[in-house]
Amino acid sequence: MSLPARRPAQAATTPALVEARDLTRILPAVVPVTLVQDVSFRIGKSEFVAITGPSGSGKSSLLYLLGLLDRPTSGKVFISGARTDDLSPAEMAHMRLEKLGFVFQFHFLLPEFTTLENVMIPMQKLGKLSAGDQLDHATALLADLGLEDFLHRRPAQLSGGQRQRVAVARALANSPDLILADEPTGSLDSVATEQVFDSLRKIVETQKTTVVAVTHDMDLAARMERRIHLVDGRIDWDRQQG
Amino acid sequence: MMLLLRIAATHIRNRMRQTVVSVLGVALGVGFSVAMASLMEGSQRDFTATLIDAIPHVEIVDEQRAPAEQPASTVYDAVAYSGLRPKEDLRGIRNPTEALAALRDWVDGKLAQRLSGQAVLRYSGQDIGMTLTGVDPKRELSVSKIRDDMREGSFEDLGTTANGLVIGDKAAERLGADVGDTVTLTSAGGVAKRFKIVGLFHTGITTSDEGLAYAPLKAVQILLEKPDVINSIAIRLDTIAQAKEVAARAERQLGYKAVSWEEANEGLMEAFFVRNVIMYTVVGAILVVAGFGIFNIVSTIVHEKSRDIAILKSLGFPESDIQQIFVLEGLVIGILGALAGSALGFGLSSYMATIRFEFTQDVEMTHLPIYFSWTHYIIACLLALFSSGIAGYIPARKAARLNPVDIIRGAT
Repeated sequence: MSLPARRPAQAATTPALVEARDLTRILPAVVPVTLVQDVSFRIGKSEFVAITGPSGSGKSSLLYLLGLLDRPTSGKVFISGARTDDLSPAEMAHMRLEKLGFVFQFHFLLPEFTTLENVMIPMQKLGKLSAGDQLDHATALLADLGLEDFLHRRPAQLSGGQRQRVAVARALANSPDLILADEPTGSLDSVATEQVFDSLRKIVETQKTTVVAVTHDMDLAARMERRIHLVDGRIDWDRQQG
Repeated sequence: MMLLLRIAATHIRNRMRQTVVSVLGVALGVGFSVAMASLMEGSQRDFTATLIDAIPHVEIVDEQRAPAEQPASTVYDAVAYSGLRPKEDLRGIRNPTEALAALRDWVDGKLAQRLSGQAVLRYSGQDIGMTLTGVDPKRELSVSKIRDDMREGSFEDLGTTANGLVIGDKAAERLGADVGDTVTLTSAGGVAKRFKIVGLFHTGITTSDEGLAYAPLKAVQILLEKPDVINSIAIRLDTIAQAKEVAARAERQLGYKAVSWEEANEGLMEAFFVRNVIMYTVVGAILVVAGFGIFNIVSTIVHEKSRDIAILKSLGFPESDIQQIFVLEGLVIGILGALAGSALGFGLSSYMATIRFEFTQDVEMTHLPIYFSWTHYIIACLLALFSSGIAGYIPARKAARLNPVDIIRGAT
């Protein structure tokens, strides 16, 4: 813990995939709550980053800001070098569709649709692939995650780990540049945790996709390349790990 | 769009019972409106048809729209005058042959000249005031449906019997007269003439059955001391819709007042209009109620599916898509309801068309007049869709505005 706080972990010359610049998010209330305060960092391509911190330190809030699900009170988020604060809600939605993928703590699959359909929905929305290619791509994604036998199951018929892997497959559907995971293993047992963690790491290695995962599992966080630690909404430290 | 429709369909399929109830609500609304509209329009058409059959489509009478100018007013311009006796005016359409010939040139339909006047019918010591109409029987039959109303004797006999007379059955009953009896008619001018009853009619309209009489034109002209004069021309058109134009043109051409059947029954047409307004208000109200059902189910779905909404939003579905999904849900229910309602309405009105009533006074059986028209179905369905669209839109807007972060945070 000897490293100085708020030190950008990468050289400024590397093109940042996602950059936070003085991000502050304050929930307006009678007594305003500061969720995130003056957070700045840059994350490059194919990085595997953990955001850690105690409960209430603003990890998830930071992730929602990076994922354009929420707008900062002040500061800016840049994605692929482009500012996002001037985007309309519809443009932000399109950016989420095209460039971002989410995995939440609870699987958040659409319960009435099968595994395959859940993975195909973002592709259908984006509409870049033909129907046949969508099916092939979704099948391949699910097979990569070891789910080839569960293509036509509903989420309710899957185990927690399987659901979470379907969610990972869905996050990958449109080949995003950045995957944001919010406690992806938070509700899983150790075996399932391992499977999901492996699949995330594989994504970083094979697809050169950046994964940013919020976790309070210190064991997992220790196994990621880089770790950003938050305390009270501020970056306590940010360092590369072996 | 297909994707949104599939999501919408999935949502409502998973709430089958509520969906069915909402669909039924719309269906009942549409069904009853269609049935009601076809009954309303049926009765209106039935009534109009009876009315059109009973009266000429256009009637030219020996009056002017504006009162005749009095000599005094032409001499003393802008001076008020009172107590002057109007100039004697000889009533009647002069030169009837010429007028009829002029009309025949361009009117598509049948024409009949008439001379009507008041006369007192006397038989067996009783007097009845009558409106006596002198007609050319053949022509009269071509413009009116009096033939169908004949109960005894025949209207054509007026053509062969120079002093023939056709009166209503009620009048005959009152007098105790029958076909073949000879009665006396006395005009206001004091001329009396004997007529022989050759036919009795029954129109169902009491004032006509009691007070209307037909006789050959010549005989009436003699009785009323108006030789070669008629006071109205009845026109029966091939196309009823032309009545207004024909009336206007005839009035311009002849200078006499020409009244179309619509004008003659203006009050009735207004009553029909008011009736239709009331009907569509009731129909609208039914469909608004059905709309509440839809609002209810879509709101419930929005509430239940807030998690799915958050998922879709995080996946990159814009607000407009989310809104569309729920508007579609309302519309799908509306469309299903409209289809089912159209079938129901068709069934109901088909059934009503078979119901028969027997009136005690009348021998003939009658059934509910039902008019089948696409317009009823289209109006009812459009209203249903409009109402379901609105009912879906309100919760859909709420859904679109849900903040995914709030839901994801609260999902623990």
